[in-house]
Amino acid sequence: MNAPEVVIELQDVVKIYRLGREVTIPALQGVNLRIRRGEMVAIMGPSGSGKSTLMNIMGALDQPTSGAYYLEGQNVARLGDRELARIRNQHIGFVFQSFNLLPRLTALEQVELPLIYAGGHSRRERRRQAEHALAMVGLADRLHHRPNELSGGQQQRVAIARALVNRPSIILADEPTGNLDSRSGAEVMHIFQRLNRDHGITVVIVTHEPEIALHTRRIVRLQDGRIISDEPVPEPKIADPSRALYTR
Amino acid sequence: MPLGEAVRTALRSLAVNKLRSTLTMLGIIIGVAAVITLLAVGQGVEAYVRAQFESLGTNVLFILPGQLREGPVSVRERTPRPLTMGDMAALKDPIRAPSVLEVAAEVERFARISYRKRETRVQVRGVTLSYFRIRDWGVAEGRLFTPQEVAGQARVVVLGQLTRERLFREANPIGKTVRINNMPFKVIGIMTEKGGGSFGSEDLTAFIPISTAQSRLFRVRTYRGDYTVSLIFVQAVAEDKMDAAAQEVAEILRERHNIRYLDEDDFTIINQKDLITIFGDITRVLTIFLGAIAAISLVVGGIGIMNIMLVSVTERTREIGLRKALGATRQDILLQFLIEAVVLSLIGGMVGIGLGTMGALTVSRLAQGVNAVVTVEAVALATGFSAAVGLFFGIYPATRAARLHPIEALRYE
Repeated sequence: MNAPEVVIELQDVVKIYRLGREVTIPALQGVNLRIRRGEMVAIMGPSGSGKSTLMNIMGALDQPTSGAYYLEGQNVARLGDRELARIRNQHIGFVFQSFNLLPRLTALEQVELPLIYAGGHSRRERRRQAEHALAMVGLADRLHHRPNELSGGQQQRVAIARALVNRPSIILADEPTGNLDSRSGAEVMHIFQRLNRDHGITVVIVTHEPEIALHTRRIVRLQDGRIISDEPVPEPKIADPSRALYTR
Repeated sequence: MPLGEAVRTALRSLAVNKLRSTLTMLGIIIGVAAVITLLAVGQGVEAYVRAQFESLGTNVLFILPGQLREGPVSVRERTPRPLTMGDMAALKDPIRAPSVLEVAAEVERFARISYRKRETRVQVRGVTLSYFRIRDWGVAEGRLFTPQEVAGQARVVVLGQLTRERLFREANPIGKTVRINNMPFKVIGIMTEKGGGSFGSEDLTAFIPISTAQSRLFRVRTYRGDYTVSLIFVQAVAEDKMDAAAQEVAEILRERHNIRYLDEDDFTIINQKDLITIFGDITRVLTIFLGAIAAISLVVGGIGIMNIMLVSVTERTREIGLRKALGATRQDILLQFLIEAVVLSLIGGMVGIGLGTMGALTVSRLAQGVNAVVTVEAVALATGFSAAVGLFFGIYPATRAARLHPIEALRYE
């Protein structure tokens, strides 16, 4: 398969939330965005700028009111539940601010979940792939730990491994360092950079922290549901996991 | 998601809240146990009643004087024309009553019976020798009366097991003299044990020749001088001849009693088969009725499951959102919660079957003669019913979980 160069393409995407009969909130008002394979992009904006909505639409968790959204050349905007679930499973890896790990599962079992929903893997195959993904985030020695036995940074790395395991087209991270101390934050950013640089994985990070955004190679700024700037980062910072990300 | 994984996931979630899962199951456990026990006891009682009626003999008709009134309690007419020895003899007529194999008669009264200082009150039955053949009943010790003793109105008695115990304890009664209403009788035999009967214990009895009872002990005669009897037994030649035998008996008795065309019989013929059917129907209806009441508690248990599943869906909203983000379809989520509900009710059902079986065994042990058996059908019914309860009451919470919007679910606090 010859993968298209453009992974994500949004054309005039509009999203309007309806609250009751009369009140409507325009969250996105005509967004055009194109993300190529292997990019590392930060989406920035104050709260209420529509960045979460944009993230949800890119993650196929929500559908735009109008406009087109092509993921790997496929128009996602008019798909049903079953196809959307498949897209989320196969093409998208989510990383959340609050990790969203299931409390009773071991790290290995957390990472196996997307493989279970994908279907078609033997148990041994699932285990092998999950171990591999955990090794990629440096948790090969924490396979059987439960979330309450892991530090915040380690929990977020389990979540990253879970996002990775189905080899998605793109990893979408929503404030991935928001719940972490600066050292764990550096750890997580280091992993994103390494995945992006060494494995060519496309990463989109939604953040409101400029320091985080400066670790990416392109910053898209949103305000009031529109893109107000889209610029490359001249000299991206390199995260050093042995040192704190920044001092507050 | 493959079914095996779905079941594993469901079992894990249930294991997380062991206490809650157990309490939820309790409703189903109690319901199923009640259904199983009651069905088993009902069937045991039915079998017991059948055995009781069958112990009266095979292919037997009972003829009572008077007409049984309709209504819940059968009441005989005030002054029925009695049945007599002549009536009994007339029924044994191979030409007019070819379907009749054997006839017997009984005169029974309660009487005091004593041996030395011990005294008890028993049912004294004056019977013909054919009585023992029809009832297929004999002595455990000693002997029955001889035809000569019957003809000669001999004062001999064969005691029931319980009568013997009360009067003699461990001593050997054969050859001893007991007094029935102060009249001396020689004990010649002891009947085999029959067990508690539906009409009082059949073992608390004393059998004497019918002639002795009629002429010496109770003095039962009509104004014409005929000896009367309490009950006539008629044994048909075969099971399928019972209706024919009843018809023949009725014709003979109507003629002997001068009953005109269209007038009612002044006697009642009870068919043993009908009795078994009627009592079988009664116990069956009772069983179904009790089972239905028990089934109500199953429904209540199902509502408990639904309640807990709804709470669980609310509690696990974020988990549902996450699973959807990871690629779970609506169907996957639906299946997960549905399986949880069904597993809850099925495990409850299994435990309930175990407890119900123990209950049935306990009842069998406590109630003499009633053998409460848990049938395969009852187990299958309980299993199927509890699975259906889980499915039915699980569907609503599961659809609610499946319909959750992933974003709202993920944002839920």
